[in-house]
Amino acid sequence: MKRAGFDNRWLPMLLLVPQLSIICLFFYWPAWQALRSSFYLEDPFGLGQTFVGLKNYTRLWDSAQYMRNAWFTVWFSGVVTLFSLGIALLLAVKADTVLRGAKTYRTLLMWVYAVAPPVAGFIALIVFNQRWGPLTEFFSQFGWDIRIRLDYHDTAFAMIVASIWKQVPVNFIFFLSGLQSIPRAVREAALIDNRSGFSRFWTVTFPLLAPTGFFLLVINITYALFETFGMIDTILRNNPGDMPVTLVYQVYLDGFRGQDIGGSSAQSVVLMVLVLALTIFQFRMVERRIHYT
Amino acid sequence: MADITQAAPVTRPKIHRAPFRWGAVVNHAVLIAGALFMIAPLLMLVQMSTIPDAEILRSGPSLEIGDRFGANVDKALFGSMSYSGETTGLNMFRNSMILGLGFAVGKIVIAMMAAYAIVYFRLRFATLAFWLIFTTLLLPLEVRIVPSYEITQKLGLLNTWTGLIVPLIASATATFFFRQFFMSVPEELVEAAKIDGAGPVKFFVDILVPLSRTMIAAMFIIMFVYGWNQYLWPTMVSTEEGKFTLVQGIKQITQSLEGGHIPEFGRSNILAVLAVIPPVAVVVFFQRWFVKGLTDSDK
Repeated sequence: MKRAGFDNRWLPMLLLVPQLSIICLFFYWPAWQALRSSFYLEDPFGLGQTFVGLKNYTRLWDSAQYMRNAWFTVWFSGVVTLFSLGIALLLAVKADTVLRGAKTYRTLLMWVYAVAPPVAGFIALIVFNQRWGPLTEFFSQFGWDIRIRLDYHDTAFAMIVASIWKQVPVNFIFFLSGLQSIPRAVREAALIDNRSGFSRFWTVTFPLLAPTGFFLLVINITYALFETFGMIDTILRNNPGDMPVTLVYQVYLDGFRGQDIGGSSAQSVVLMVLVLALTIFQFRMVERRIHYT
Repeated sequence: MADITQAAPVTRPKIHRAPFRWGAVVNHAVLIAGALFMIAPLLMLVQMSTIPDAEILRSGPSLEIGDRFGANVDKALFGSMSYSGETTGLNMFRNSMILGLGFAVGKIVIAMMAAYAIVYFRLRFATLAFWLIFTTLLLPLEVRIVPSYEITQKLGLLNTWTGLIVPLIASATATFFFRQFFMSVPEELVEAAKIDGAGPVKFFVDILVPLSRTMIAAMFIIMFVYGWNQYLWPTMVSTEEGKFTLVQGIKQITQSLEGGHIPEFGRSNILAVLAVIPPVAVVVFFQRWFVKGLTDSDK
């Protein structure tokens, strides 16, 4: 709030009404609903609810399918984050170094940001086509016969490749803008002190980029958790069967398709706790980031 | 990460008119490889749409350019979709536009109003409003998707534009961003405006909004892309085919790929490209604002 503000009484209320009513209706109410129904078991015909305490949660813990998808989500997020950060960092460092064509490279490397995840899934279906997909043909030369939507690990591999393709641009944009905000004086000083580009990268550039990296870590995990839904759904063509799915997909399957409101709500709450933990982690990192600069 | 340790040693100091730069060659090679990795899939989609479907079915994408492109574009835009015949590519494009623009405009208008109220007024419940609004930054729509659907259903908003767009607006990313920006506007501006006799409405419309032009543009680009690319929520809320967006239609498009006779690769690829063009064009043409908006707003 500004020191010099206006003293009007009704106007600010009026200005806040749209935002607050939308938030209450479509944020607090559903969040509360999820929390509440996670302790209830709903009658399949919608006739009534029974309070079951933590049973919906223990049911998750005991479900082999849920635990398998939980593990898949963890390592899927990890692999996607690691590779998309690594590739993006390499490309950003190079794009920052070249003198000619820098602008063209930047455009070519970032436009995929705007591609919708289902389109990434659509492309994955083509490049991993069983009969003639270019990547299927490529890997078959090494004796790897990729069969997506039939083999668990092959499907996971296709999902990972599509997610990395989609996520590199975001990381690239942030790394490049992080690199470009390193002051000229620091770069020149480093250039004088250190002939080797390799050690200059690890001793000067990398530590200065570390805060951006921490920040991106959370962004990438959130991406892998939530935004890959459309890509996964397109690859599986609405029919997951035994194939790997993320926890968000599981919420959708159980709650929307399976009508298991209690179980799905408990899953939602688990995800909420996960996101809250990530956010707290991020805030701590942001604090540390202020230390750095 | 492994790639970096291998490639980094060849980076040479950035010196003008260096005698011979192997480093520069390697840099360009890496960047070209990266650019190809990014753009090859899109080129492949376009190539496939120039070839007769029967040929694609046999041998897949190639380097050959055929003559079916125009016919496929025509079919994709105006032909009724094979799975029901109720909608066309053009109609889905229009729906995507409504979602993208409606979401971006709605979000920006509501966010600016709320941020203005929080920053420029002495408000009794200011702290409460602030926390109510900014807690929403913590949880994405996906974690409360099923109850959100139930509420939208209860309100009778399924298959309406309101039901599609308004629940997506229920998060405060833009509000937070505008609040940050308004805080950075010098205090003297309000004081001067007040001395000149400007009321709160006049100050907002004539001074603050024009001053936020760049920020509005940056937010608009990011929000348009976000809205256009929505998938899960439209899939749940818009079940009538006349209301399908392009991004949401992708799944139906792939399912039609599996149809009885020859799958229509050409048409479905054109539709996928069509789903990509508007958001990509916005990001590429307004690159400077977009990058600024993205890197500023998320921090």
